[in-house]
Amino acid sequence: MSGVPKLEITGLGKTFGSGRSATVALRDINLTLGDNEFVSLVGTSGCGKSTILSIVAGLQDYDDGKVLVDGMPVEGPGLDRGVVFQSYTLLPWLTARQNVEFALKAAGHKKRDCRDLADEHLKLVNLTSFADSYPSQLSGGMKQRVAIARALSYRPKMLLMDEPFGALDALTRHQMQELLTRIWEEHRLTVLFVTHDVEEAVYISDRIVVMGMSPGYIKQSFDVDLPRPRHQRMIGSDEFVAVQRGVMAAIRGESEPA
Amino acid sequence: MPDLNRRRARRWNLFQIGAELDRKLRVIIGISVFLVLGLIWWGTTATGLVQPLFLPAPGVVWQRMLALALDGTLWQDSIISFYRIAIGFTLASAMAIPVGILIGSFRVWEAALEPLVDFVRYMPVVAFVPLTILWSGTGDWQKFLIIWIGTFFQEVLMVMDNVKRVPADYIGLGRTLGLPERRILWRIVLPSALPGIWDTLRISIGWAWTWLVLAELVAATSGLGYRITVSQRFFQTQTIIGYILLLGIFGLITDQVMKAMEKLLFRYLSVSR
Repeated sequence: MSGVPKLEITGLGKTFGSGRSATVALRDINLTLGDNEFVSLVGTSGCGKSTILSIVAGLQDYDDGKVLVDGMPVEGPGLDRGVVFQSYTLLPWLTARQNVEFALKAAGHKKRDCRDLADEHLKLVNLTSFADSYPSQLSGGMKQRVAIARALSYRPKMLLMDEPFGALDALTRHQMQELLTRIWEEHRLTVLFVTHDVEEAVYISDRIVVMGMSPGYIKQSFDVDLPRPRHQRMIGSDEFVAVQRGVMAAIRGESEPA
Repeated sequence: MPDLNRRRARRWNLFQIGAELDRKLRVIIGISVFLVLGLIWWGTTATGLVQPLFLPAPGVVWQRMLALALDGTLWQDSIISFYRIAIGFTLASAMAIPVGILIGSFRVWEAALEPLVDFVRYMPVVAFVPLTILWSGTGDWQKFLIIWIGTFFQEVLMVMDNVKRVPADYIGLGRTLGLPERRILWRIVLPSALPGIWDTLRISIGWAWTWLVLAELVAATSGLGYRITVSQRFFQTQTIIGYILLLGIFGLITDQVMKAMEKLLFRYLSVSR
């Protein structure tokens, strides 16, 4: 970590509903992401990890605490934070290239630059030959690659990814993890990555934050000291497995009596 | 052996839930049903089982329609009815689409308008006929009004539903791109809901025909419905049946044209890998 933290969450609390039906989703969340740090949030479903991401994205409001990006409080969504959703959010009436251009235009890029920038980013995710395809012509993995290209295209300060590979089959998921790792290692960016796949988290992250639930809180944080660039063959290594076991134990700790 | 197996599997497939059907076979089945019904019709009249006054023979109906086509009556009736549908339905849809989008997108509008629309929707359109005559006479405007009352409220609710089906993440995407609500509505919600809205139009234009003919039956001096009433007065059952069949054909054609246009307009949804 160097300099001012990219993302600083302190004492974050969130309650859904009000009165008797109120449920506390998050309590006293403290989380800091350094510049260019890749951090994964893991935990069982319902622990509020997606809620945190949604709050950082500015798509949901919160009740207590502070959320700062580059020292500035988050007030609604903005172009400084790119989001990749779990569902493929490609607009079906636009081709892959037009989908990226859509974001670039929204970000205020000049029309004539949009095409080049879009092509450049489609190339980054190896989809140059599918630039003119509609989403209905793309596989799930391809759609998510376009979504990543789109989120990167307008150069956000940080990338927020909400179980982006959760809907993909195992094989495609591995390819996507490799691709994302390669892109990240080449270009570096602050990433907050939500997943329930521990292996995935260990493979791609610098740090893994394990969450517990009812209400959602941060249990433990693991530094992943595996060297970069990462390779799929590291997955079986002792070091890898050790981190994986530690994270798993921390998640499981939930159900064991305290 | 493998051949036999395949054939058996195929026959079984025809009666499997959701099984695919070959396009050719589909057309043949569709036409056969019409042919069988036509045969039954022809049979009951040819054998004298039913009196011609109640059900004239297919040939008689055909000749009558041919005669009406030749002397121009058929075209005049059709054109005036088409004109009324065009104006009435366009008015209703042009108003229903924006209102439906507003209700589907903003809870405030939903709270304000949905109960009202639901309330009016359950009022029988037929009951408005006397009122509309009182308000606007028996001319074209009364027909427009009936079509409007009959379709507007239904369309509003269906468009609202189309809009609500727009994935929330599409809107989330628009927000993360910093788009203001108005542009999210135009650039994301509307295009996303458009295929559904088109379907809504296709379904409601069928109702529009029903309400138009009803209005023409009760009070009109022209149009397909008017001709049916006049024919009843003179016991011209063949004209009545001919016109009813014609309305069915118009409906079928409209539906097919709109379906074909749907494929063209929303080609992006059906292009395969």
